[in-house]
Formats: sequence, C-alpha cells, structure tokens
Amino acid sequence: MLTIQEMFETIKMVQKENLDIRTITMGISLRDCAHSDVKIACRKIYDKITKLAKNLVSVGEDLEREFGIPIVNKRISVTPLALLAEASETESYLEFAHALDSAAEAVGVNFIGGFSALVHKGFTNGDRKLLDAIPQALVETKRVCASVNVATTKAGINMDAVWRMGQIVKETAERTAERDGVGCAKLVVFANVPEDNPFMAGAFHGVGEAECVINTGVSGPGAVRSAVAKVVGTDFGTLSEAIKKTAFKITRMGELVGRAAAERLQVPFGIVDVSLAPTPKVGDSVAEILEAMGLERCGTHGSTAALALLNDAVKKGGAMASSYVGGLSGAFIPVSEDAGMIRAVQDGALTLEKLEAMTCVCSVGLDMIALPGSTSAETIAAIIADEVAIGVINQKTTAVRLIPAPGKDVGDFVEFGGLLGRAPVMATNVFSSADFVCRGGRIPAPIHSLRN
Amino acid sequence: MSATGETIVGSRVIVSVLGHDRVGIIAAVANILAESNINILDISQTIIQEFFTMMLIADMGKSKIDLAELKSRLANIGEELGLRIEAQHEDIFRYMHRI
Repeated sequence: MLTIQEMFETIKMVQKENLDIRTITMGISLRDCAHSDVKIACRKIYDKITKLAKNLVSVGEDLEREFGIPIVNKRISVTPLALLAEASETESYLEFAHALDSAAEAVGVNFIGGFSALVHKGFTNGDRKLLDAIPQALVETKRVCASVNVATTKAGINMDAVWRMGQIVKETAERTAERDGVGCAKLVVFANVPEDNPFMAGAFHGVGEAECVINTGVSGPGAVRSAVAKVVGTDFGTLSEAIKKTAFKITRMGELVGRAAAERLQVPFGIVDVSLAPTPKVGDSVAEILEAMGLERCGTHGSTAALALLNDAVKKGGAMASSYVGGLSGAFIPVSEDAGMIRAVQDGALTLEKLEAMTCVCSVGLDMIALPGSTSAETIAAIIADEVAIGVINQKTTAVRLIPAPGKDVGDFVEFGGLLGRAPVMATNVFSSADFVCRGGRIPAPIHSLRN
Repeated sequence: MSATGETIVGSRVIVSVLGHDRVGIIAAVANILAESNINILDISQTIIQEFFTMMLIADMGKSKIDLAELKSRLANIGEELGLRIEAQHEDIFRYMHRI
C-alpha cells in the first residue's frame, strides 16, 4: 500500500513543482502518401493525419483529467517531407507545408514537425526544393516545424548544407522580421538527429519507424531542483543519487501516460524521452538546478561539470523507469525558455562560448538563442559548423536553433511569448569565418566512425 | 483499461484533500463516496508543512458514477469547504513509487 508521504510527494511534484507531461507526440509515417501529382499527395497527407490523429487531443485531455497530471502539448511528427515530396512533379513544396498546417489545425495540435530533409551526405533534388521552401513555409504556416540533418558521425559534415542553412536561417528571420524573427524558432539544424524525438521544433517520424507511434516527453526541472535543494552541502554521490531518483519518478509518469495514450488510440507505444525541458515559468528552470548545485550563476566555471552530472543522472534514473527510452533524453538548455538562463545572460555570467561548451555534455545544443540581426549568414553557418562538429566527433546529437533578430542588438530582447519565451540578444565573435565556411564539400567522417 | 479505452470504473482511485483543518471534512467526503456506492479501503491523515492532508483509497468497482462525475462533486464540496479535493487514478502514484 502506498504511504501518505508518497502520495503527498506525487501531488506536490505536480501542483507545486511543475511536473508535467510536456508532450504526447503521435508519429505518423507519410511514406505511402507520395504521388506524382502534388495535389493528390497533399490530399493523402491531410487525410492520413486527420484520420490517425483524430482523437489525439481528446485522449490527451481525458488522461490529464483521470491522472491529474497536466499534459501540456499534443503534437504530431511526420516522415521527413523531402522523402515523399520528391515523387511529386512540382517546383515548390509550399503546398506540402500547407497540407501539414491544415491537418494540424483540423485535429487541434499546436505543432506538427517533419518539414524536414536528411542531407548529411548530400542533396537530392527533393532535398534542395524543401530547403528552398523553408523560409516561406515558416512565414505562411503557423504550426509547421522544419528541421535539417546536416551531419552524422558516419557520414561526416555536409558543409554545403551547413553554408546553405546559414543563409536559410538568416532569410527566415528576415521574412518574420516584424515578429522578431520568430520563424527561426520553428527551424532546427541537426547532427546525428534522432528518429523519434517528440519535442518540437526538431521532431520528425524517422524512416526506420512504424506506421504510427505514440512518444511522450516528460519534464520536471522544478521537481529536480527541489530534490537538489534538499541535499545542499552533501557530496557528489549523494547529489547524483537524489537526481537519479527524481528522474526515475518523473520518467514513470511519461511511461504511464504514454502507454495509456497508446492503448486508447490503438497505436503502438514508442518511447519516453527522458528530458528535463524548462519553460519560462518560475521554478521550471534547468539553470536553477545548476545553481542549486552550488554555482552562483549558471554559466560560471563549473557549469559544464555540473551539467554533465545532471545529464548523466537524468539518463540513469530514466533508463530504469521506462521500457523504451529514446529521443533526446537529457537536460535541455534553451535560453529563451529558461528564466534562470535569461537571468544568467543578463548578469553577464553566461556567454555563447560557455553554452557551446555545455552542449558537449547535454542533450540538445545551441537552442533558442537570439543573436544580433546584423549577424551574417556566414557567421551563422560557422556557429552551426562548430555545433555539428561537436556532435559528430562525440557521437551524440547536437542541434542549432538560432534567431538572428532583425533590428536588434546586444542588450535588446526578443519576445515570442508562450512556451517560446523571450531571449536576450547574445554577442557573437566579431571576426569573420566567411573564407572557411564557404569552401564547399564535406568534412570527412572521423576515424572512429570506422567501427566494423 | 477496458478494451474500448473508457475510464475503468473497476479500479481504484486516490482522493486527496489539502487545506486548513475544520469540522466535517471526512464526513463530507465520505458522504459523497457512500451515496455513489464507492467503498473506502484506507484513510490516512496528517499535517504536512501546515497543510491538513487526507488521502483515501477508494474502490470504484461498483460505483454509480464515473470518475469525471466524482471529480466534479468533490471539487464542488471542496470549494464550499475551502479545500482542494482531487480524485486521481491510483496508477499515477503506483507507477511513480513502485517498480
């Protein structure tokens, strides 16, 4: 029988410490929607999504009520669009973006991820067309999220793609200039992209996946911070254990809700993504966890070590809690979505360089970072190149989601609102990287990728 | 879970009461459960960090109402008494604290 302390602990986690299921994401394969006529393909895409995801939102709401745990988002991820759009005889892929957007609106989800291409070894014609469509697609649609994988440990880095993405990020920002470049908040560049990540904006339904799955993303920075605060002054072993135990409990929520959702929707259960994903809400910050560990401000010396401990403990605790752990799984450090990060940047404690170091030991990458609007496409490409190099050499996923905010400079803020939050514009290095990033071709795969 | 995915009336729920102590809390909650044929299996109460806390485990196997209706009635009485009263599926607690 459960003890009253245990029941109280669960209730406290949900009601006071912001424990929630951050997302239930339905992954849908659109591989069978390819057609040479773009209108037919879009029709098939719309029909398949609206059929399979018809009850996603209502099931999410039912589970939320029955279990008493908030399920913040219900979302959809699809096959990287470039793979099926390729079969259609059309020059512009905007129509596909609209099909996704309409379907998402019809079923009531707030984001649909998968306007994506996998170009780590090179471009196909379809890949090029999809990339060309990204800036305008992110202007014209509300719910569509785009992602591009430009590197893997086995393939190396496609620097042509990196350079092209620098341009695309810049163009997307310019086309959404009147909203601080918000289009860029829906665009992610990846190295070693996971096929089953349920979090936006980088979610898509990988090519090795089944027809339809349910993946969940949990989140509980507040619950972890509370656990860390209870063990102030103890040694690292005790600290690690406290985080592990809490991560276990948090992940169990994702497992329970994911299985229940999958059963009710009559769809296989995929994975739980064991990630600590902050929100701008007070008490829901990853930076505050690091500070509770003993750092005066997130970003000071020791932050990388602290984050390494946190990321690892989260994974260990989560691994026991779920039968299938996947996605990104670790600690997220999105600047605009974390009140503690924002404060650290404003206080001068956290710089772009330190964030880059921290990405070596945590799960996402340079996420939701606002840069001066004057940042060149070449510099953006170079920042991407650095981040994907970290991923490729260390055999991990890394990603970049940068917002070069038109008309803004260091000292200004970009305001997106809601879960996307607000971010202080951060400084970049003033020296040029143009001659390097424009060289063309691929950086070869590292020697340790030859594992056979 | 039933095959059709409906809320299972046959499983157990945990009713939690949080708030300031006053006369009649247990009576009020127990009445709502009794009038709908919901059997109380265990009750615990304590004061935790200045909150009066009561948790009870109830079996909805022969309940006349579904979980949504129970939650609604408990929320109403909670509002009258100035307390927070929730009913949740037992699984959420069991999953978190037991392997």
